[in-house]
Amino acid sequence: METTASAVQNSQKNLWGGGMEPMKVSYGKLMMWFFLLSDAFTFSALLVSYGLVRYSHAAFTGDPDTFVFSVQYWPIPEKVFDGIPFLHGVHVPLVFVGIMTFVLILSSVTMVLAVEAGHRMDRKGVEKWMLWTILGGIIFLSCQAWEWTHFIVGTGTPTIADAFINGTWVEGFEVLGANLTINQYGPPDFADFFFFITGFHGFHVFSGILINCLVFYNVGLGTYELRGHYEMVEKVGLYWHFVDLVWVFVFTFFYLV
Amino acid sequence: MSIDETSKVVVQPVNKEKVRRIVRVAVILGIVTTFEFVVAFNMHSGPLRTSIFILMTIVKAFYIVSEFMHLKYEKKVLIWTIMIPTIFVIWLIIALIYEGGAIYDSRF
Repeated sequence: METTASAVQNSQKNLWGGGMEPMKVSYGKLMMWFFLLSDAFTFSALLVSYGLVRYSHAAFTGDPDTFVFSVQYWPIPEKVFDGIPFLHGVHVPLVFVGIMTFVLILSSVTMVLAVEAGHRMDRKGVEKWMLWTILGGIIFLSCQAWEWTHFIVGTGTPTIADAFINGTWVEGFEVLGANLTINQYGPPDFADFFFFITGFHGFHVFSGILINCLVFYNVGLGTYELRGHYEMVEKVGLYWHFVDLVWVFVFTFFYLV
Repeated sequence: MSIDETSKVVVQPVNKEKVRRIVRVAVILGIVTTFEFVVAFNMHSGPLRTSIFILMTIVKAFYIVSEFMHLKYEKKVLIWTIMIPTIFVIWLIIALIYEGGAIYDSRF
């Protein structure tokens, strides 16, 4: 109590002199913001270098309807991501990734509702909305697992490429699916960026789910009720919204453009 | 502790105005995403389509950061602390797109 009182007195002299919060947010929340800012730089670097590498490759110039995969030019994304579970060989561009996007946005909405319930000290409400958020995250990750499998295994006619196989140069080599050195969709860089960008984002979703579970457990124990506030839910909420925000950008720059 | 102490917690009623605002933002995000799909299926790719996508992305990002992450309601100094460093990202985009074009020219 004494320190608070002296801090208030100090504040009249110097807002930044210590003992109070000039930005009106707690230490933990401010540090979460700074962490997210630095994470935003990491993701920007990945996405911008995707742009650099894409612009330094040849683009497909013909009619989009006559598009075929080739290692000579960068693929049109909607021709690559056109699969949907249980419908083998049907061309439904971007629908599956659209569903994933929607699931992640909805899980962000349930997260804000959890924060709102936390402000009202409504433990039951926080539990309910946190659980929906965790479920949304798990659905998203499962969809991504399917998408990766589909991408790695590959479908349709193999693409003809020249490549080094075990140290020897093979011409007219048939490629189906994708790995880090060669893929059926386009230049090797295309699959590399797919794995790194969606993989790095997927890892963020994965850690988000773990942290959400931890916070959910603590909500259930009543830790935050005893503490008198649900700020931890707000902090993990910030992280979860950031993961959603990054996906909005990945969706645009990897799938749409 | 617990039973006695925790039962003292008073649960306040749902803040209807706040929930309405959350739902409104969710609907806006849904509409923007649907609009992106309409554009993706009905327009041929080109600078105009790309600009529409980027604009829509910025709209979505604005709503997520300002409403969901609550940044709009924070102190101005915090808003600027987060916003100003993103200038570096804009610089990075311009620099690397330019550089990508240069690499393309030297290759083909």
